[in-house]
Amino acid sequence: MACSWNWNPLGEQTFYRRSELYSMAWDLAEELRDCLMAAAPYGGPIALLKNNWRKEKSPGSRPVLEIYSAAGLPLASIVWKSGQVVQLGWTASEDLLCIQEDGSVLIYNLFCEFKRHFSMGNEVLQNHVLEARVFHTEYGTGVAILTGAHRFSLATNIDDLKLRRMHDMPSLQKPPSCWAVLFQDRVTVILLATGQELYLLDNTSCNAMTPPGLSPQAGAYLQMAVSFNYRYVALYTDTGYIWMGTATFKEKLGEFSCDIRAPPREMVWCARPRSKQRAVVVAWDRRLMVAGNTEECIQFVLDEDSYLVPELDGVRIFSRTSHEFLHEIPEASQEIFRIASMAPGALLLEAQKQYEKESQKADEYLREIKDKEQLSEAVQQCIEAAGYEHEPETQKSLLRAASFGKCFLDRFSPESFVRMCQDLRVLNAIRDYQIGIPLTFAQYKQLTIEVLLDRLVLRRLYPLAIKICEYLRLSEIQGVSRILAHWACYKVQQKDKSDEEVAQAINQKLGDTPGISYSEIAGRAYECGRTELAIKLLEYEPRSGEQVPLLLKMKRSKLALSKAIESGDTDLVYTVVLHLKNELNRGNFFMTLQNQPVALSLYRQFCKHQERETLKDLYNQDDNHQELGNFHVHTSYASEKRIEGRVAALQNAVDEYYKAKNEFAAKATEDQIKLLRIQHRLQEDLDKPYLDCSLHDTISHLILDGKHKRAEQLYREFKIPDKRFWWLKISSLAECGDWEEMEKFSKSKKSPIGYLPFVEICVKYHNRHEAKKYAARVVPEQKVKAFILVGDLDQAADAAIEHKSESEMSLVLAKCSPAIDATVVEKLNRARAQILKK
Amino acid sequence: MASPGRRDAPEPPDFAVLKRLARDQLVYLLEQLPGRKDLFIDADLMSPLDRIANVSLLKQHEVDKLYKVENKPVVSTSDQLCFLVRPRIRNVKYVADVVHADKAAGRSRKYKIIFSPQKFYVCEMVLEEEGIYGDVTCDEWSFYLLPLDDDLISMELPEFFRDYFLEGDHRWINTVARALQLLSSLYGPFAKTYGIGRCAKMAYELWRELEEEVEGDSQARRPEIGHIFFVDRDMDYVTALCSQVVYEGLVDDTFRIKCGSVDFGPDITSGDRSIKLLLNAQDKVFAEIRNEHFTNVFGFLSQKARNLQAQYDRRRGMDIKQMKNFVSQELKGLKQEHRLLSLHIGACESIMKKKTKQDFQELIKTEHSLLEGFDIRESASFIEEHIDRQVSPIESLRLMCLLSITENGLIPKDYRSLKTQYLQSYGPEHLLTFHNLKRIGLLTEQSPGETFTAVESKVSRLVTDRAAGKLTDAFNSLARKSNFRGISKKLGLIPRVDGEYNLKMPRDMAYVFSGAYVPLSCKIIEQVLERRSWLGLEEVVRLLNGNEFAVTDPAVEDNPTWESQRVILVVFLGGCTFSEISALRFLGKEKGFRFIFLTTAITSSARMMEAMTETKA
Repeated sequence: MACSWNWNPLGEQTFYRRSELYSMAWDLAEELRDCLMAAAPYGGPIALLKNNWRKEKSPGSRPVLEIYSAAGLPLASIVWKSGQVVQLGWTASEDLLCIQEDGSVLIYNLFCEFKRHFSMGNEVLQNHVLEARVFHTEYGTGVAILTGAHRFSLATNIDDLKLRRMHDMPSLQKPPSCWAVLFQDRVTVILLATGQELYLLDNTSCNAMTPPGLSPQAGAYLQMAVSFNYRYVALYTDTGYIWMGTATFKEKLGEFSCDIRAPPREMVWCARPRSKQRAVVVAWDRRLMVAGNTEECIQFVLDEDSYLVPELDGVRIFSRTSHEFLHEIPEASQEIFRIASMAPGALLLEAQKQYEKESQKADEYLREIKDKEQLSEAVQQCIEAAGYEHEPETQKSLLRAASFGKCFLDRFSPESFVRMCQDLRVLNAIRDYQIGIPLTFAQYKQLTIEVLLDRLVLRRLYPLAIKICEYLRLSEIQGVSRILAHWACYKVQQKDKSDEEVAQAINQKLGDTPGISYSEIAGRAYECGRTELAIKLLEYEPRSGEQVPLLLKMKRSKLALSKAIESGDTDLVYTVVLHLKNELNRGNFFMTLQNQPVALSLYRQFCKHQERETLKDLYNQDDNHQELGNFHVHTSYASEKRIEGRVAALQNAVDEYYKAKNEFAAKATEDQIKLLRIQHRLQEDLDKPYLDCSLHDTISHLILDGKHKRAEQLYREFKIPDKRFWWLKISSLAECGDWEEMEKFSKSKKSPIGYLPFVEICVKYHNRHEAKKYAARVVPEQKVKAFILVGDLDQAADAAIEHKSESEMSLVLAKCSPAIDATVVEKLNRARAQILKK
Repeated sequence: MASPGRRDAPEPPDFAVLKRLARDQLVYLLEQLPGRKDLFIDADLMSPLDRIANVSLLKQHEVDKLYKVENKPVVSTSDQLCFLVRPRIRNVKYVADVVHADKAAGRSRKYKIIFSPQKFYVCEMVLEEEGIYGDVTCDEWSFYLLPLDDDLISMELPEFFRDYFLEGDHRWINTVARALQLLSSLYGPFAKTYGIGRCAKMAYELWRELEEEVEGDSQARRPEIGHIFFVDRDMDYVTALCSQVVYEGLVDDTFRIKCGSVDFGPDITSGDRSIKLLLNAQDKVFAEIRNEHFTNVFGFLSQKARNLQAQYDRRRGMDIKQMKNFVSQELKGLKQEHRLLSLHIGACESIMKKKTKQDFQELIKTEHSLLEGFDIRESASFIEEHIDRQVSPIESLRLMCLLSITENGLIPKDYRSLKTQYLQSYGPEHLLTFHNLKRIGLLTEQSPGETFTAVESKVSRLVTDRAAGKLTDAFNSLARKSNFRGISKKLGLIPRVDGEYNLKMPRDMAYVFSGAYVPLSCKIIEQVLERRSWLGLEEVVRLLNGNEFAVTDPAVEDNPTWESQRVILVVFLGGCTFSEISALRFLGKEKGFRFIFLTTAITSSARMMEAMTETKA
């Protein structure tokens, strides 16, 4: 079949295929060998550092760092102005690491924008970097350094930098001939070879290793390769012998001898997951060899310098002109495309082709599969094989076959078919040479769609990323919103556009998309030094609470305060208020608060409990004399204990009240000062607690103590209304039972409250006898009431009859009990009858 | 006035789940501090806690001893101290004192503060200022809602009233919003929202914002509550200031109902101990009299007593089998009823003693004339005499406020003389009380041009400002007039009297004030629900100073056949009185609505006055 024309067999079961991904778009003037290079795995970008080795640093030959997509399209370039670079490498998140001779590592993004740098420590700085490797483990991206003193230092995760110095090598005299980083049992170790010796280095020890089943004539090690998953190791010796085995050196997987003595330039593993064959790819200047545990090997001639990029399921080979992928043919593809294959998938593909030709052979093939009950397997095979093909035409024919076969199956879940169609659509889109991410199906699955989207975002391919999200119907928050947010964060960095333009462009695109945080974008804008833009963007943030922290960071505290107030979250307001308190001087702080009543009230509440003195300052600032007066009044009884202090506080209050034009309060306070002084004197004279009594209570106490003179004095001094004083005096007199004084008092002049209160008060203190004295003096209108109170129903009845008031009569009647007050009742009834007659 | 086609009010939703949620969270929080510990409880949280968890539950979760948070040295010997408090600076300082004392004594313990219902930033700030931030762990007990009865949920935040309306402190609004979020997640979504008042508007908006943040799982649930109505307390101070004459309100005014229960002293229990009685719908005797005008209560109780006697009497002439049946099934219930009956009769007697005095009659008469706007001079002198005779400081204050608010402020002469009398009677610190009352708008002076102090005039300018416009300023009430007379006329709050108002067969909500006055807050609710909007009430709204809103949630199916559409949640911001509850219960019965009450706290005239009063302590 046509598809297997470029298959190269290795042993009985496996085939290798070398197919072109792109012809490189870069137009390089220099040879690749003159450049320092790094290509990221998973179809990532390629970094070139030109002119790195030139010693003379003339302006025309300054080193230049260039970054290309896998298709050779330039992404960015800069003139290299930092130190001598020893090694380039890519992190798992596609940042470029430039490891300098002095051990400092500079991190750039794939647009050559500097992100940060870190150092590999003093020892490296002193001894310089001889060689370096960048490696990836589950902990992240690591860096291993071989120093000029032939010691190893490494960091397992550059995002959480912890430098580790490895144990010394057995011989520090010369550098190892080759070395590699291994990752075993969650520990990174170094495998190194000097001459015929092989060592494993970790923090504390250095152990000699012997590969099991190594040919005795093997010779000195020249090259080593560690597989993508750190499970296998291959060693190349100067006799052209290759040993392949597990990285634990417990098991040998195979060996191969070739007759090439020249040291290979590169050696990498080339294996796909779950393959039985383990093979390595060895590259010399003009020769490429695939060798496994077989007699024969596959050899290719290289027309130009080519470089190998190990991948999960194969090896990428790029040169000045082309970019190829070399990999083992997966099983499903073999089954279908192997010459004369009778596998169900192969038959189904043929059946479909015949069907298109309208040949009855289609039925024959189909029948053959169905007879063996292999139709569903056939469909499955076709779907799977489609994933391994790069050519859309081949993908389509396989999918068509699958679709055709599916028609003859009753129960075949369409999911795998649909999923494959979707995945291929995505893969074809990103493999496009404009995008240049040549992911295979297996790599894509390993990478996951989320990471792929991240990578597209990193490359600023926002529209494609959004299209993919929409196509795959990813949830908005995970998909579209996230990408838009990234886009916006990128957009704010475009310095050539005005704040207004950028803010509008962002809002137009983002609108109210759920999951978009405008404050995050604004934060980015602020980081780029565009404060005004940040503020504009924050206007779009619907949750005011989100706006506040950033505004504070940008020192827009007053704006932050209004936003906090708008949010209705008092905690947020307090946060800003306290921030302001520390940021501004007191005067400005108070001024700011005065304009924000809500914040002011909150701060006052706080001061009331925590800093009363500040409260005073607050009122002072604002010339709020009323509140200042209140403040002093409060002080006079809450915090001052000494009488002088209290008077002084009250005097302050008086002044403030006058300033506030609150004469009433001022007068009342002056009275209080007067009272306090009097009470103080009374307390000293009479040795009784008078302080803190109200005026009323003070007088009442005086009367109770029989100090009628002094009471009179106060009454005049404070201009107590007569009525009030009379009430006060008679209740106090009744309380102490001084009936004599009461009678005297009642006769002192005409009572302003009448005499009913006298009656009431006497009755209250159970003195009917006294009460009766006053009942007679009660004005006629209240007489009935008074007589009822003293219990003299007969007189009450007389009074009521005299008034000719029916309601009063009923009132008296209601109080009568027929047995005792028969005469009264009779009298009343008679009077009522008379009234009725009239 | 049975309306045609009148339907029975639907049953209220089951709020027991709120208690369960609170209990479970409390247990979880206690378990977060494993091992034995002593628990210090905020005095204000004691009664609410009592309704959620009993001592044995606390003991089960390794609470050793219980203490009240008060200003006394801590005697606890436990190595772990847990404080269950409201988020107030005072409480945090208390904890700080404990920690400092321990440090000075070289003692190390674990401290944990559980703030209920939420933690405020200020609390942490004070912890920091006191230098004990690292020594103490903080947690939140999201105990927002305490169901006091089948239709009554309280947030038990009496300080809401003073904090918001007087101090302009907005922090509790967030708490209300969160409480609403909880309610709506359990019983909503609510199809229609009405409200009036600035605080109402803010609480509503904040709540909506919270809802939007968690939006997503709005599956079409069938709501159990259809509508929600927000009312600010400052829309209607008059109702809250009137003497209550419905039984439940009267019991509250006389004995103070605390967290749904009341302590009856020995004079009522006619024993030697006081008895704590839970007052809710479970109390069958109480359930029948709670909403009755007091004049009917005694008659009802004596009738009830006769019935009870009759049931006891049935024992005579029973054969053994019947007797056995009686003892095992009915006797317990009868005894329980008997007990309750005697307690309520005792309470009634005690109330009668106080309230049927002539003083009380005159007081009510004065109140009624204030409401109607007659004999103002007479009322003013009554109040003056009330002060002169030192009857009760809180009562005097209440009457002064009632006079001010119904008359749009006191005339300058009265304003001065009443205040002077009051200060002479009860001490100069009340200068600050009067300042508070003026600020909140309860006791003001009639004058053509209000004299604004500097801040206040600034504030009024700021009202137009965007930020300030969304949230209210603290002093709004100052610039506001109560306009009670105008509102009363527009809404017909004073019923026309033709003949005696029959309190046994009330015809409108005015019965809760002996037929003299329809509570304003309830009347507004009635009017809006009737119109299903604010249309036609423009003038009233203007007099009330606006801030009304009515929002229909388009996402919620408004299915009129659903029972829930006749369940209305009324949210009182700043507290509601039992009279208002009774009035709305009556309205509900008339119109086939079921009102559910959510209030920041139960209030009464005395509680309101106390909140405004400055004390020396």
